[in-house]
Amino acid sequence: MRIVVAVKRVLDSNVKATVKSDNSGVNFSNTKMALNPFCEIAVEEAVRLKEKGVATEIVVVSVGPSTAQEQLRTALALGADRAILVESAEDLTSLAVAKLLKAVVDKEQPQLVILGKQAIDSDNNQTGQMLAALSGYGQGTFASKVEISGDTVAVTREIDGGAQTVSLKLPAIVTTDLRLNEPRYASLPNIMKAKKKPLEVLTPDALGVSTASTNKTVKVEAPAARSAGVKVRSVAELVEKLKNEAKVL
Amino acid sequence: MTILVIAEHDNKVLAPATLNTVAAAAKIGGDIHVLVAGQGAGAVAEAAAQVAGVAKVLVADNAAYAHQLPENVAPLVAELGKGYSHILAAATSNGKNILPRVAAALDVDQISEIISVESADTFKRPIYAGNAIATVQSNAAVKVITVRATGFDPVAATGGSAAVEAVAAAHDAGLSSFVGEELAKSDRPELTAAKIVVSGGRGMQNGDNFKHLYALADKLGAAVGASRAAVDAGFVPNDMQVGQTGKIVAPQLYIAVGISGAIQHLAGMKDSKVIVAINKDEEAPIFQVADYGLVADLFDAVPEMAVLA
Repeated sequence: MRIVVAVKRVLDSNVKATVKSDNSGVNFSNTKMALNPFCEIAVEEAVRLKEKGVATEIVVVSVGPSTAQEQLRTALALGADRAILVESAEDLTSLAVAKLLKAVVDKEQPQLVILGKQAIDSDNNQTGQMLAALSGYGQGTFASKVEISGDTVAVTREIDGGAQTVSLKLPAIVTTDLRLNEPRYASLPNIMKAKKKPLEVLTPDALGVSTASTNKTVKVEAPAARSAGVKVRSVAELVEKLKNEAKVL
Repeated sequence: MTILVIAEHDNKVLAPATLNTVAAAAKIGGDIHVLVAGQGAGAVAEAAAQVAGVAKVLVADNAAYAHQLPENVAPLVAELGKGYSHILAAATSNGKNILPRVAAALDVDQISEIISVESADTFKRPIYAGNAIATVQSNAAVKVITVRATGFDPVAATGGSAAVEAVAAAHDAGLSSFVGEELAKSDRPELTAAKIVVSGGRGMQNGDNFKHLYALADKLGAAVGASRAAVDAGFVPNDMQVGQTGKIVAPQLYIAVGISGAIQHLAGMKDSKVIVAINKDEEAPIFQVADYGLVADLFDAVPEMAVLA
């Protein structure tokens, strides 16, 4: 079976985002970009399913600027077989991305689509669920375990109070949570091999998808800063201050 | 303007996050209706009818809604929601699961995890792990929004007397089924509702050492959380994770123990009223946001604090 994995190029998780002085957005000049951590987990899960003989082909897809080819190459080096970039320089909403992914899903007819639960830039946590709705598929979000048997997939989900397991008919959509797996590092030979794997570039127009949005970002500001407080010398002083100064004990 | 709030519940109890969501709806203004989709959730509907400011409670009672499967609940919400100006749900794992499916069905963009209402169509929400706050305006006919509980003080659970109305609509998509769940059992307060939270990080060294935090938490009546590093290392389960992609908390007192203070962790707790950091590395970034910092070995300091507090 074929698996489609959707990935996003984001600001590296170790870089602290700073706001532009004109409040139009976040600074990207000279910042390190990376594969969204949850997308890395999605790629890893697909590769493991292929290694187990469950999947036969992994198609990795990204919606983003031409530079997102770097992240697609990373996914190819981790074990995906071929890549598709739906190129758009615009800052698309999750719904627009879901519509573009739906068009790719229609074309590729995968049995399983794996996405990260959330991109660490927009922090939306929407795309997988929206893709599931548009495709008319079941969704296993925030997955910590994925088991395929026959024409169903059992997904164990991280929920607020613990874990929940659901069974979904295939094809289905899965979004990854942290504990699903620990992604591997790409080896140098695999990085070299990835350069020769096929990477197709499409556009929203070619897919016949409108990316119009009902949302508009009016401004982006820095959050109110929290100032550093005082250092205390002992546990006794700490407890005294919490009781008498902060009055929270 | 009429706003539909999706009740968060387990068929028995109306979850407190619903009260914060109703508070956000009240800030938007207009009539507030609450939808209770579930099975045998009569007690939840009764509780929702008493929530201050709620005008009407809709109850969709069907086996297909028993476990909040989004494949079944989202079409219900989309069908009912068409006539509303806004659809709001708490940004819980359940709300996050269902609402984007509703938004896509209605062909509108969702606004996730709002922390303030600027006007009926404009909202603020954190992005980039809370390192930036975006102001987002929506021109959608139905505005679909999840609400971060820590951004809104809850409305009173009592004082209202809303009419309760049954909704016949049954949606069973036949795509998914509930297999089972394992819920963490704890006598301690729930993490997102606790007044005091004690959290441990990689500095705890192993899961067994969390017993020191449990002892302190029990003395203080606190909940226990963890950083992603502690969860990743397998010390504790994921439902204890506080951070950008875990739970967002804003208690009166947050005690960070052996937590370095990565931006992803700060995103989940920096709106706490008072922050205490206990760490033996005095350069740890957590001290930059802590009101009270103690540079000490946590294995000495935490047991001592449990005695003195």
